[in-house]
Amino acid sequence: MWPFRAPGSIRLRLTLQLLTGAAVMALVLFLIVYSFARQIGAESQDRILSASATSILDATTVQSGNISVDIPYSAFTMLDNSVDDRVFYRITQDGAGLTGYDDLPSARQDQGTGPAFDTVTYRGEELRIATLTRRVSVGGTPTRIDVTVGQTRDAQADVLARILRMTVLLGFGFFAASALLAVLAGRSTAASLSRLAESVSRRGPQDLRPVVAEVPSEMRPLVASLNSLIARLSAALTRTEDFIAEAAHRVRTPLATVRAHGENTLRRVSKEENRVSLREMIRAIDESSRAAGQLLDHAMVSLRADQLELSPVALRPLVADLVDRLRPVAELKDMDLRFEASEEQEVMGDTILIQNAVRNLLDNAIKYAPPETPIDVALTRDEANATLTIRDRGIGFPATGADALTGRFARGENATGVIGSGLGLTIADEVARAHGGTLTIANTEGGPGACVRLSLPLR
Amino acid sequence: MRAFISSLALILSALPALAFEIEENMQFPAANQTAELRVISTADADLFAPFITAFQALNPGIAVDYFVVSSSEIMVALQDEGERFDLAISSAMDLQIKLANDGLALPYRSGATGSLPEWAIWRDRVFAFTQEPATMVLSRADFADIDLPRTRQELITALRDHPDRFRERIGTYDVRESGLGYLFATQDGRTSETFWRLAQVMGGLQTQLYRGSSDMIEDVASGRIAVAYNVLGSYAQVREDLHDRIHIIAPEDFTTVMMRTVLVPANAEAPEEAGRFIDHLIETAWTEGGGRFAFPGITPARLSENASLRPIQLGPGLLVYLDRLKRRQFIEEWEAAMVQPE
Repeated sequence: MWPFRAPGSIRLRLTLQLLTGAAVMALVLFLIVYSFARQIGAESQDRILSASATSILDATTVQSGNISVDIPYSAFTMLDNSVDDRVFYRITQDGAGLTGYDDLPSARQDQGTGPAFDTVTYRGEELRIATLTRRVSVGGTPTRIDVTVGQTRDAQADVLARILRMTVLLGFGFFAASALLAVLAGRSTAASLSRLAESVSRRGPQDLRPVVAEVPSEMRPLVASLNSLIARLSAALTRTEDFIAEAAHRVRTPLATVRAHGENTLRRVSKEENRVSLREMIRAIDESSRAAGQLLDHAMVSLRADQLELSPVALRPLVADLVDRLRPVAELKDMDLRFEASEEQEVMGDTILIQNAVRNLLDNAIKYAPPETPIDVALTRDEANATLTIRDRGIGFPATGADALTGRFARGENATGVIGSGLGLTIADEVARAHGGTLTIANTEGGPGACVRLSLPLR
Repeated sequence: MRAFISSLALILSALPALAFEIEENMQFPAANQTAELRVISTADADLFAPFITAFQALNPGIAVDYFVVSSSEIMVALQDEGERFDLAISSAMDLQIKLANDGLALPYRSGATGSLPEWAIWRDRVFAFTQEPATMVLSRADFADIDLPRTRQELITALRDHPDRFRERIGTYDVRESGLGYLFATQDGRTSETFWRLAQVMGGLQTQLYRGSSDMIEDVASGRIAVAYNVLGSYAQVREDLHDRIHIIAPEDFTTVMMRTVLVPANAEAPEEAGRFIDHLIETAWTEGGGRFAFPGITPARLSENASLRPIQLGPGLLVYLDRLKRRQFIEEWEAAMVQPE
């Protein structure tokens, strides 16, 4: 499989690409250094051969009509090297051997007087040769002297072998360093991705704030589209809540009118079966109205909980006010609504939300408890929390699944026959959560009735 | 030993006719022979024999057939005739280098060769195992009333001051005949102009020309000649019986030092045993310090303690004087100086 497309991991893919790149670079580096060294080695040998041949040519003179070659000692000692390369030479006059190794080939010379170089095989070994030519006049006759000096290439091979070893080491070192960097790069890239993923997944279910985590520029489009998605989702949710609130509001007002008309009509009709129908109608209207009210509350809570604006809230006057307001409703059922608060308690929170929560809890208690029973409302505190406890003498919560009652539209199995939407506890629960508090529901110990506790952290 | 050699004269006559000239042949048989080394050498057999017997003591089963020839005959035997030899030992460093350069020597590597300094080894083919200075050997009798010359210049002065005493009583190598003589002369000529002045003076006194150091030493000792120039100091040193009649002087202006070298010819049939022999030579030369044998071994300390020692460098520079034209010119010059009409 083609490794650039196959892996499902960015880190693996990035690492593989970088490693391949590093391998190619190391190979290129190796080839360049090696060929460069080879060239330099060849050039330096050529220079020495050329110098040797030049010194021989310089010692070539014409003495009484004869060519005399007095090879300087240094002509060959300069060719001496650490691996003792073999040395061959040949001097010719007009192509005829004058001295030296007569079967030594000479480098083919182009026009000109510069040295010519060639690599030949001589006596079973590869030989680098340099040929220099000079024209001298012997008794008025121009004659051509060729000096060829050759040397085996063992020293060069030796140096090349050493350079080869070093270059291989260099290439491997380069590759190893690059590989390390590639792994680190892969890891860091994957890390910034996973940091983003973590910061998104760590959010609460209600958290629809835009992501502001620092990310590399390449990931900004991703974050931007993520944020745009969140914004759209948030807008859609808000619209839905707005719609519910608007719908509830629009439904509640005409329902109030219809109820007023229903009550008026009830007073005027005397036929018993009509009165029963009318009471049923009014009851249904109450149920609808209350459901609409709670939907309105819930939409409000959802909305405000998302953008919670905290301010100090004094709990005692807030609860006292609500108790006072609901006392008439309780008295309709001959219930005694009792409130006691030990001292002033202040929490940080949204007044409207807390009011909503408390009102819904009180409303629930009044509604579900039987008539002529007392409801005790108490405000207490411990070190960290202020707790509002509401106790009634009603049927209590079903033995199983009390916690499930905080879900939307969930109602106790034993609540049939009572008007309710099932949103009251949900609203209170969401408010508690939004403030970092808790809502616990249980049956009163050692007696009938429900006990609901709303705990909010103290300021 | 002498008796043994003379008995070999009979064997020599039975040998098939060889194109190269053998001066001496000595055989070192081995019980339970497993291999035979054929050695061609310029070193006198009786001087070299201790090396061989020591080698055979350590390597039983290897017989050695030892041929003594002149250095130029080694070239004839190996280059022109293609004779089969397992080792070539020569004092003519230039010819040994030429053999190796022309591809007529086999490479050899071992722990011993690896321990050699770079200047004592060439191309893994030529190995130096001795350091032998070129000396002046003087007759004690003739220099009893003359200050002993310590340099070439002092020798020139002595010769000029007493022409009658030294006429026809000076000896040196015939460079036309002896490879070692040619090597010494060319190196002398390369090092200092004094050599040519000395050659002029010697030529003027009808110098006797020799082919070997041994003859010169014996002639000085016998009083036939008074001065021998460029004699192998090692040969003179070993003739302790003559020391009461000769002075051995290493010239203080400069002393040319020859390194005796060994190589394995390309057509060797027992290169492995030859390699062992080379190891033996190197180890002997470097550990014994030459004290036990006729040939002084190589020690770098010997070079540093005497600044006037000029070792001949193993290297392609030695090929220069082997050049046909160069050799012809040198010999012409040498003859002009040395061989003067009376």
